[in-house]
Amino acid sequence: MLDRRSLLLGGAALALSGCKVFDNASNSDSTLHRLFASHEALTRTAQRALIGDRLAPEFAEADIRQGQRPNGSVDPDSAAYRQMAGNGFVDYRLTVTGLVETPLSLSLAEIAALPSRTQITRHDCVEGWSCIAKWTGTPLATVLNLAKPTLAARFAVFHCFDAIERSLAGEVLYYESIDLIDAYHPQTILAYGMNGTPLPMANGAPLRLRVERQLGYKMAKYVHTIELVDSFATLGAGRGSYWADRGYEWYAGI
Amino acid sequence: MPNGPLVYRQRLVTRITHWIWAVSLFFLLLTGLQIFNAFPSLHIGLESGFDYDNAILTIGAREVDGEIRGVTQIFGAEFDTTGVLGVSDGDVRAFPSALTIPSKQSLATGRIIHFFFAWILVGTLTLWLIASALNGHLRQLIPTLADLRALPRDLADHARLRFHHSAHYNVLQKLAYASVLFLALPLMILTGLSMSPGFNAAAPWLLDLFGGRQTARTIHFLTMLALLGFFAVHMAMILLAGPLNEMRSILTGWYRTDKESHDA
Repeated sequence: MLDRRSLLLGGAALALSGCKVFDNASNSDSTLHRLFASHEALTRTAQRALIGDRLAPEFAEADIRQGQRPNGSVDPDSAAYRQMAGNGFVDYRLTVTGLVETPLSLSLAEIAALPSRTQITRHDCVEGWSCIAKWTGTPLATVLNLAKPTLAARFAVFHCFDAIERSLAGEVLYYESIDLIDAYHPQTILAYGMNGTPLPMANGAPLRLRVERQLGYKMAKYVHTIELVDSFATLGAGRGSYWADRGYEWYAGI
Repeated sequence: MPNGPLVYRQRLVTRITHWIWAVSLFFLLLTGLQIFNAFPSLHIGLESGFDYDNAILTIGAREVDGEIRGVTQIFGAEFDTTGVLGVSDGDVRAFPSALTIPSKQSLATGRIIHFFFAWILVGTLTLWLIASALNGHLRQLIPTLADLRALPRDLADHARLRFHHSAHYNVLQKLAYASVLFLALPLMILTGLSMSPGFNAAAPWLLDLFGGRQTARTIHFLTMLALLGFFAVHMAMILLAGPLNEMRSILTGWYRTDKESHDA
């Protein structure tokens, strides 16, 4: 009988203590965190090998049953942004800079005059929920072809108007990045329209990114600048995205 | 207690993978509950209904008479689950901190640990499957015709807590282990993959098979409950059938059988 009891007690102790023992993994500089986070390279490599340039599933009009649920920032409070929004974004310019042969500064009208793509896709939040909506925008590939990234360019970084948090050093502005495989994917668009209307402010007006084979946090809203870079060293904490700097995967295909 | 000969019942690959699975499933469960806590409701369909209701389970909190109460809704029926679900230790959280890794809310950390062990589970399951196909262990898990004929008797014996200790698994063991290894775990892996927007591009048909991403997420959760049910029965059977002999068997491979093993 003694062994049964100690077995039960041992099991219960493991179950109760297990949760606190691994709290150190939350610290992104800990060895434990780095060990667990090593799944990301494996996941990315495996998924890239499996999917190549295949498309994310697209849906029918009838599958749009509700508005697109906004998350994160819903109304950026920077003065420059508020002023542009008040003017219907006529003063808005999308800047394309960094490792490109032809830096660009495009107005919304100029972006809308480029070929467009409309897709009904499912937005998956890292939290676990999904929402289907129709997105209209310019393929990022079209804009990149105008800017002509140099051979050194490896990533497209999206700089945004919105700040999710204020730190002691000031506002922490949202930014994201994708590699050129996703940047040139046909479903990767700079969306200015949603469900048949201009992109609402809560969903990232005037321009947001859609990267349909990754999670929602990759799809930066309120984008004002696209910067082509060869590394993340000079950005934020150096992990390539606002949420990657906070322990989330940079490659968010899962 | 059995007092017959010792037989070599579990091979090294089976024993090692068994314990790797036990550890992996422990982490997958507790980090899975952590991930669930980030959006504690389950839906049926392609998406999560916000402007309409397609939820079958929601764990939340609500203020009742100036006090925060944990409220769990299952198919529209409401239960006060304060202390366990919805509100625990004064915190508003779906599953309590004792049941999540990390103990505090950290979706990012829960995710990396979950996917790390998901890879280990997939890798060791594959390894075990190949090894077991080669060494004949797979066949030992599939009930034979004679097994199925013995099913009523085996059920009756188990119900009377009369356990036979033989060199081979009995039919209920075979059915239980085969269900976990060939049904529950593959279902867990496939529904998990169906939640990945990257993997959806590789196999959109899988998404259709499960009835959409949110249904896949719900099946993932329900299969977890089924695995927990298996775990409870598994533990009970070990304790009832003789924990020392059972533990020796899964640690060293050697198992003490009955003097007159009924199917030896």
